[in-house]
Amino acid sequence: MELTDIWFLLIAVLWTGYFVLEGFDFGVGTLLPVVGKTDTDRRVAINTIGPVWDGNEVWLLVAGGATFAAFPEWYASLFSGFYLALLLILIALIVRGVAFEYRGKFDSPRWRRNWDIAITASSALPALLWGVAFANIVHGVPLDADHEYTGTLLTLLNPYALLGGVATLALFTFHGAVFLALKTTGEVRDRARHVVPAVGGTAVVAGGAFLAWTLLDKGVMWTAVSAAVAAVGLLAGLALTLRGRDGWAFTATAVAIIGVTVTLFGSLYPNVLPSTIDPAFSLTTANAASTPYTLTIMTWVAVIMTPIVLAYQAWTFWVFRKRIGRADIPPSGGLPPLARTTESTTGSAGTAGPATTPTTP
Amino acid sequence: MNLDLARWQFAITTVYHFLFVPLTIGLSLLVAGMQTAWVRTSDERYLRMTKFWGKLFLINFAMGVVTGIVQEFQFGMNWSDYSRFVGDIFGAPLAIEGLLAFFLESTFLGLWIFGWDRLPKKVHLACIWLAAIGTALSAYFILAANAWMQHPVGSVINDERGRAELVDFGAVLTNSTAVAAFFHTITACFVTAGVFIVAISAYHLARDKFTDVATPSMRLGLVTVLIASIGVMVSGDIQARLMTEQQPMKMAAAEALYESAAPASFSIFTVGTLDGSQELWSIRVPGLLSFMATGSLDGLVEGINDVQRASETTYGPGDYIPNVPVTYWTFRLMIGFGALAMLVSILGLWFMRRRAQKPVPRWYFTAALLALFTPFAANTVGWIFTEMGRQPWLVYGMLPTAAGVSPGVSTASVLISLIVFTLLYGVLAVIEGVLMVRYAKAGPPPAGIAEASPDDPEAPRPLAVAY
Ligand code: HDD
Ligand code: HEM
Ligand code: HEM
Repeated sequence: MELTDIWFLLIAVLWTGYFVLEGFDFGVGTLLPVVGKTDTDRRVAINTIGPVWDGNEVWLLVAGGATFAAFPEWYASLFSGFYLALLLILIALIVRGVAFEYRGKFDSPRWRRNWDIAITASSALPALLWGVAFANIVHGVPLDADHEYTGTLLTLLNPYALLGGVATLALFTFHGAVFLALKTTGEVRDRARHVVPAVGGTAVVAGGAFLAWTLLDKGVMWTAVSAAVAAVGLLAGLALTLRGRDGWAFTATAVAIIGVTVTLFGSLYPNVLPSTIDPAFSLTTANAASTPYTLTIMTWVAVIMTPIVLAYQAWTFWVFRKRIGRADIPPSGGLPPLARTTESTTGSAGTAGPATTPTTP
Repeated sequence: MNLDLARWQFAITTVYHFLFVPLTIGLSLLVAGMQTAWVRTSDERYLRMTKFWGKLFLINFAMGVVTGIVQEFQFGMNWSDYSRFVGDIFGAPLAIEGLLAFFLESTFLGLWIFGWDRLPKKVHLACIWLAAIGTALSAYFILAANAWMQHPVGSVINDERGRAELVDFGAVLTNSTAVAAFFHTITACFVTAGVFIVAISAYHLARDKFTDVATPSMRLGLVTVLIASIGVMVSGDIQARLMTEQQPMKMAAAEALYESAAPASFSIFTVGTLDGSQELWSIRVPGLLSFMATGSLDGLVEGINDVQRASETTYGPGDYIPNVPVTYWTFRLMIGFGALAMLVSILGLWFMRRRAQKPVPRWYFTAALLALFTPFAANTVGWIFTEMGRQPWLVYGMLPTAAGVSPGVSTASVLISLIVFTLLYGVLAVIEGVLMVRYAKAGPPPAGIAEASPDDPEAPRPLAVAY
């Protein structure tokens, strides 16, 4: 196996990790208004991903960095070509990160409501746009002889890509619902389980159609296997949730996401960004790659570091393995929203303060 | 047009990112120290310090993370030809930064935030240390990448592929420029975090509030600023010498020195024509520039005109002079703001010395609070100096800035993203500013917050921390 192939594979692994992990984060965010009718319930939902969402997002950063290091041409053409789409994703990720961290900082229903809306929008949008982006990557885009993208934002919004977007949105939402069912108790869990048939059904239909279209479009026969695995995963996820086997259901939706990602990367190989103008203009693992020297160094780093990262991230999931419910949610640690109120409440120099004084970072 | 917009965009997003980063790096290590003190002594004041500064640290950290995401992608977005040219070399430290540092940081910080009652004390303490080490590691790798642009080593140009290629990764990681920049940046991070602690503690001390926590915090901050300031000076001096050797034009521009001189004096303040070529009035320290640049009081410092001539011989005709007024003033302001911060720490240590007869004068607290902006300003102008002083090069001596911009991206697209980022960042700045002020004013948690012991993490009780 060539070094360039190893790196194609590693980048596929990074994206798979990203979609499996941040997939459920996106799902939880998207479902926030559905599973959380009260503030406490929304906090239950958000706290299922609280300790891990940032670590999950780093999979994306590393996928981006690794693409830069291993396939600079791909990194350059892709991100300059998909400029405005990527801009939307970046804005969403910025808003989302801030929303998680700041929503509880003021003890005001309006403040939290606004951030909750932001969380939902900024979770659903990237969940949709990643599908659009990957569908375009797999199908190909108008690249000229200099590997420059010559289309516009509208070029990216073709029917196949939009179907891809709906598919990932449904898939991640389903994955998130199953995750919530696994990680919560009480009403939140009930509501999450309640939406599973709808979102799971949508995921089966949209995901199935997208995978079938991909197979027909690219004609890479072996990806029929990974597509079938994905389909089985989706159906199993549905059936297992309905039976209350939450852990297995989550495994099944994770497998489905892996199946979809493998299908996409399998259909792409050995291209990394096909040109729809002339196949000769396509970026491939060969013509987009860095030198063997760089790839060798990067391979060593990846081979040593990836298992360590996987180990400590797995440990995090273990530490926070317990289901949470309303009883686990402490009273809001936020400050009262108006500046004037604090002057009077925090005047007692460090002695027994009021309940609103923040006690924890 | 595209080029200018792309430069503005990069400058805005990176300067903005770097407002938060130094505080993150410095404060994470100091908070780790506070928590260590608590674990070792069981003195509850240290726990309250940890929680108070830890909370402010987290408010800041969130902004560092979300602005960092943009950094990871914007090389490809606005600087695609640059990415093609440097990817073989530049991509590696960037990817390693993610794999080694960002994972460490984000995962263990998550454990630290939510693990107060889930993890044994020592394991929990290890989490903040690992996160803090992650932030410092991330600085090293990104600075190594940037240092390669300032002083390309370990690489050759492949004309056929039209790109630079890595031949010695060790050389890139041990680049003298990177090592010096790392020490300078890390010490600057401690200055930043130190002044932050001093300013907020001073606010409370002036009002006689939370003194049991604010006093030890103040001392910690003052000592940190003083030691770190010395480190900043020493490492800055080393950098200046390297810079003279590696980028003589930057040093000449930093002094607006048009004709070579030995000995060269350093002007603290100059009034001149806008392009800096005509001097009307100045205050000068004889020999200081020679000393900074060469280490000897009468060393030869090359002037802009000589370097320009030399560059034309090497690289062909062209204008190799950066924006002189900007370079000149940012260099001075960096040093000036740093000096102010150091002055605040020296005064503070004097007023708060244990044998002091009189209470700390009130004006000092006001001054210390006002000094809050100095390290942030010094960091910003320091980077503007570094990056604009490198112009017209993007990779020094290898790739002109104009050749790096994305050829396929329309002006409209760059303009849209420039406007959107600026507006979004503006709004976020207000939100984060309000939160910081409110939480800083609210002060540390009350005494008597002894931690629930994590003997039985399974026991049904509310989480200690939740969003
Ligand atoms: C608190 C912040 C701070 C303070 C007080 C100083 N600096 Fe600085 N300086 C920085 C923060 C900084 C920085 C923002 O961190 C930079 C930008 C790039 C870098 O490596 O560090 C920088 C860059 C930088 C460079 C440019 C390196 C290059 O372009 O390759 C030089 C020569 C100096 N500094 C020298 C000094 C000297 C002689 C100082 C005081 C005696 C000084 N700095 C104080
Ligand atoms: C350490 C990682 C960094 C890298 C890899 C980096 C890289 C770059 C690149 C590619 C450009 C655009 C090309 C150019 O205009 O020359 C640039 C410009 C710039 N950067 Fe940096 N930068 C880094 C850190 C910083 C930081 C921390 C700051 C500020 C706090 C900063 C401030 C600027 C400014 C002001 C410009 C515009 C200069 C000009 O165009 O005249 N940079 N940098
Ligand atoms: C001197 C320049 C820089 C230093 C020292 C630095 C360091 C750091 C540190 C310590 C963090 C941790 C979180 C925080 O900021 O609060 C961070 C976040 C980040 N930085 Fe920078 N950075 C610099 C410039 C850049 C540049 C040019 C890039 C572009 C690749 C970049 C990419 C990122 C990313 C992607 C994150 C988010 C990581 C996360 O989710 O944990 N940074 N940076």
